[in-house]
Amino acid sequence: MNTLADFLDASVRSATPLLLAAIGETVSERSGVINVGLEGTIIVGCLAGLAAATVVGPTGALVVAGMAGLALALVFAVVAIWIGADQIITGTAITMLGLGLTGTLYRVLYGDSGSALSTPTLAPLGIPLLQDLPLIGHALFRQPLPAYLATALVPAVWWWLNRTHSGLAIRATGENPAAARSSGISPRRVQTIAVLFGGLCGGLAGGTLVLAQVGTFAEGMSAGRGFIAIAIVALGRWSPVGAAMAALFFGMASALQFLFQALDLNLPYQIFLALPYLLTLLALALAKGRYRAPAALGARVRVVELA
Amino acid sequence: MPASMRVTRLLLEPVLAIMLSLVALAVLLAVSGYSVPAALSALWHGAFGSWAVLASGTLVRATPLLFAGLAVAVAFRAGILNIGAEGQLLAGAAAATAVAVTVSPQLGLAGAGLALVAGVAAGGLWAGIAAFLRQQFGVLEVISTIMLNVIMLHLTGLLVRGPLQEPTATFPQSALIDQALRLPRLVPGTRLHAGVVLAVCSALLVWWFLRSTARGFRLRMTGANPRAAASAGGIHVARVATSAFIASGAIAGLGGAVEVTGVTFALYENLSPGYGYTAIAVALLARLNPMAAIGSAVVFGALEAGAAAMQRDAQVPAGMVGVAEACVILVLLASEWIGARAGRISTLFWGGPPPTQHSVTPSAAVDPA
Repeated sequence: MNTLADFLDASVRSATPLLLAAIGETVSERSGVINVGLEGTIIVGCLAGLAAATVVGPTGALVVAGMAGLALALVFAVVAIWIGADQIITGTAITMLGLGLTGTLYRVLYGDSGSALSTPTLAPLGIPLLQDLPLIGHALFRQPLPAYLATALVPAVWWWLNRTHSGLAIRATGENPAAARSSGISPRRVQTIAVLFGGLCGGLAGGTLVLAQVGTFAEGMSAGRGFIAIAIVALGRWSPVGAAMAALFFGMASALQFLFQALDLNLPYQIFLALPYLLTLLALALAKGRYRAPAALGARVRVVELA
Repeated sequence: MPASMRVTRLLLEPVLAIMLSLVALAVLLAVSGYSVPAALSALWHGAFGSWAVLASGTLVRATPLLFAGLAVAVAFRAGILNIGAEGQLLAGAAAATAVAVTVSPQLGLAGAGLALVAGVAAGGLWAGIAAFLRQQFGVLEVISTIMLNVIMLHLTGLLVRGPLQEPTATFPQSALIDQALRLPRLVPGTRLHAGVVLAVCSALLVWWFLRSTARGFRLRMTGANPRAAASAGGIHVARVATSAFIASGAIAGLGGAVEVTGVTFALYENLSPGYGYTAIAVALLARLNPMAAIGSAVVFGALEAGAAAMQRDAQVPAGMVGVAEACVILVLLASEWIGARAGRISTLFWGGPPPTQHSVTPSAAVDPA
């Protein structure tokens, strides 16, 4: 009876890229910036990861993927934070840019033939003894490197946001940029750092997808994970711990299709594809009043800087 | 600001944005090792090469873009960030198909009309879900509309493999809509259909509505500054925003209905190559002005049609045009800032002349309440 263990394993695997992206977006949103370009950041990380893997191997490629995400987030930061354009519209453009750019570059680099290139994926790292635990052994203690990285980021980012000066600056900027400014914080600089961290994590999420799971690139393979990550941040009430729980919830919703296949329940697969999104809407609606977004989330910086 | 200056600025920035984006496209082509003249010439010929190409390619693609662009413009003007035109368009297409394959072909144009009405209703309903979630539960519409887009995509996949699948049940698409229920062709021998007239009429109607009616005024005020609209204007902001959201979805739904009754004649999953997302660029290039959206939709229709030709004739991936579209948006956002630096800082604030005339984006993009 391994079905349940496999289900849990698949849940954690599906949750890993979502958690990475959501952790970064949490930091970004706590500084008052919602980056809808996360989807583009992830797909750029995917392609960069694949391209780099052929040169520097999968572990080094993960770093390159993160850097690629950071680079795209820099474009977002320049337009949305320094120029002060609307964050949502800028983010939408960044997503279009990422999707278009990767689709083009992939064909240019590797020709038209769909999955021309594949890379060996990162092997799961088993933790001795613990990985042999029944049921949860493989799910929790026999995962590829990014899963441990994502897990480690949860307490680390919690510490950063809640126990350090720079974390306080991020939260202050997200709640009231004008007040933060008058106490000597530069909202723009704080938001830029937060958004770049978000880009780094988004790129890592894309790298994870390619280097630890799929092993190749396909146009649009991010498949809405950036948007799900944004929903996870809201669902996790803008806290890293909440994001971890929400990401796991999503991972389980995605892994349900494997469980149902294994149990021979013949339901149309579109239902499983749509399920995570449906659950998000429900969860967001039911969480009414129990969460509150950073007060200045999405506000245009320019007004603050000039006021 | 004098009228002449306003017109100049209204035209200057979009033209600049398009030109800069073409430059970006050319650079990208060159870097990727394609022949720039060959690719751009294929783009041009695929978009404006002949009357037939203009009618069958550019204008046919501009039609759903205009509907979706109007949907985005209406919502943005009301301060609603409706990113869900894609899903609302698909909802309209699905409902219109359902009606068109059910009703008797003897109804003729009346049947086509019924299908369009169904599309309007479905688009409005799909947007209504997001409007309801926003109103009752404070769910950010940006998140909910994106979720609803994906749900609608999978729902369409489900429909064309289930209840709406064609009679032989082999292909994932609906039955073909009967000849009699299709929108009439405007120019024989081309794919140009009556839907384009409908789109232009919708643009004029929305333009007139926003400009000349009290409801349109309330909508604009709600978008410009909801708090002032509520306190000084006595406007029921929530109700106006919800209505605008639903109307926006209805327009996108009509676009979907027109697409199935005028172009594809059947429902399938990849019906829209991202019209709902390109629509954001359409609306922004038009500075959220419904009249200007006509021109802007033609520009993007040409880009889409040209991209197809570029892929066919010069083997350039069509995704490159997505990059160009993204550049249009980013350049427009940046040019607003450059314009402001040139001494028009007043337009940044709500106090100046009507802000939507100058500002690409609604001032109150995110409702703080």
